[in-house]
Amino acid sequence: MADEMRVPISTDADIITARQKGRALAEWVGFSGSDLTIIASAISELARNIIEYAGHGEIIIRLAERGARRGIVIVARDDGPGIPDVALAMQDGYSTGKGLGLGLPGARRLMDEFEIVSEVGKGTTVTVGKWR
Amino acid sequence: MRVPILKQGDYLIAPIQSALSDADFLRMQNELVDQVGKLRSRGVIVDVTALDVMDSFATRTLRSTALMTRLRGAETVIVGVQPEVAFSMVQLGLTLRMEDVETALDLDEGLAFLDRQTKG
Ligand SMILES: Nc1ncnc2c1ncn2[C@@H]1O[C@H](COP(=O)(O)OP(=O)(O)OP(=O)(O)O)[C@@H](O)[C@H]1O
Ligand SMILES: [Mg+2]
Repeated sequence: MADEMRVPISTDADIITARQKGRALAEWVGFSGSDLTIIASAISELARNIIEYAGHGEIIIRLAERGARRGIVIVARDDGPGIPDVALAMQDGYSTGKGLGLGLPGARRLMDEFEIVSEVGKGTTVTVGKWR
Repeated sequence: MRVPILKQGDYLIAPIQSALSDADFLRMQNELVDQVGKLRSRGVIVDVTALDVMDSFATRTLRSTALMTRLRGAETVIVGVQPEVAFSMVQLGLTLRMEDVETALDLDEGLAFLDRQTKG
């Protein structure tokens, strides 16, 4: 299996593809059970945000190594409208759409590492990681 | 992947068989709300055993399906949420939003619940 996979995201079917590929790479890295579901759920939330708010973008799934530890890193990036107030967007229940406002804060709770960089008019990049 | 909708007595059963796209979820919702009226069903069971992920969209759609069918006179029960799925739903913060949706362990429990609700 390749160390990195890129999944273009532009339709709701791509969300399924992204989480299946993420799950496969995570399994290969050695994750199991609830970790696989957690990783797939985080990918699902980030991919859906790309479609809902940016229209299209991509999910990059890569194998990560830090010393003896192995893990998985997922980058969700788009060139969409960006997020004016990231701190607000990270709050539970905050949504500018018809969502529950749980995607971003939920993904942060699910994963070990979470970083978001967003610039209005330029786009949004969310990077999450999980370690074994 | 289309979800079949099966009629069993007074109930409808929607056994989800693989990962569903958002469009598939919405189609299942429309069909259930529609069929509940056509077949005068009293209860609906959505079996999610085959789902390896229930994200915010899936949860929101199942919840609104339950609320819509209730307005049409049928109670909906979600059955088969897998342990790992339950675990990640709680982490995501999704459980609160499921509060007004009935759940049961499996199909048998779901049927027993509906019998108690509608024939009690
Ligand atoms: N990729 C993105 N581009 C632009 N805005 C975004 C992006 N991702 C999230 N947002 C903004 O951040 C808000 C919060 O996102 P979050 O995923 O937490 O909730 P939601 O998508 O509104 O609802 P849910 O994910 O629970 O269905 C969104 O309503 C949107 O305004
Ligand atoms: Mg979201």
